[in-house]
Amino acid sequence: MASRTPARPISPHIQVYKWGPHMLVSILHRATGGVLSTVGSVLLVWFLAALAGGEGSYATFRDVFTHDDGRLNVIGYVVGIGITLALFQHMASGVRHLVLDTGAGFELKRNKTGALATLLFSVVATAAFWLYLGMK
Amino acid sequence: MGTGTSLGRVRGLGSAKEGTHHWWRQRITAGSSLFLMLWLVASILNRSSFDYVSLHGWLQSAWVAIPMALLVLSVFYHFRLGLQVVIEDYQHDETRIVALVLLNFFTVGLGAVAIFAILKIAFGASH
Repeated sequence: MASRTPARPISPHIQVYKWGPHMLVSILHRATGGVLSTVGSVLLVWFLAALAGGEGSYATFRDVFTHDDGRLNVIGYVVGIGITLALFQHMASGVRHLVLDTGAGFELKRNKTGALATLLFSVVATAAFWLYLGMK
Repeated sequence: MGTGTSLGRVRGLGSAKEGTHHWWRQRITAGSSLFLMLWLVASILNRSSFDYVSLHGWLQSAWVAIPMALLVLSVFYHFRLGLQVVIEDYQHDETRIVALVLLNFFTVGLGAVAIFAILKIAFGASH
């Protein structure tokens, strides 16, 4: 709090713990949530507004992310892969949170496995998503 | 203290003055957003073309416009709740109030543009 006297000691916090997958997934949930709610929502609304604006405004939107022949350019790949990776990570981590909310999955081993599973899911789902789109 | 019963004096005086309201809404919108985002991902994968005429016609269907509008409402409510917690965790002085007000403006303003765009396409002329 802003009113805390600076000279008073504070209790140990995250810096005293050894890092594990559960801590990484926890902060990733917040980070990906932040990215999705800012970059992701602006992108979605930009897409919808550009499509509603007509052919010209949609072409402007599309040209930012694609080459003239329709393939994704560097911005398209970085933003596209970044936002889908964030989405799938937040999605998997969110489902894990719903499970944890029931009081299940707090045993050390299961908790660690669950955390690692969200990371595995987000990478595999992102790769599958783009490979499928690329093969069509 | 007042003259009410013990329960009457403390009722509604939780730390946030509203009990589990925020927490519960975040879980409800998490569930609805999960299904709606899975729908959006599947819909993108099912598209054969991403040109203007194809996508515009796609969004004109009630089967697309309605879930898309629901997606915006659900996801925007969810991230509004989530970002509120982030702000409350890191902002402790007066800037917290400013940030929370800006968050509301951002969410409602952007959401209004999204809903308007969806309805304009759905109710507009086809190509």
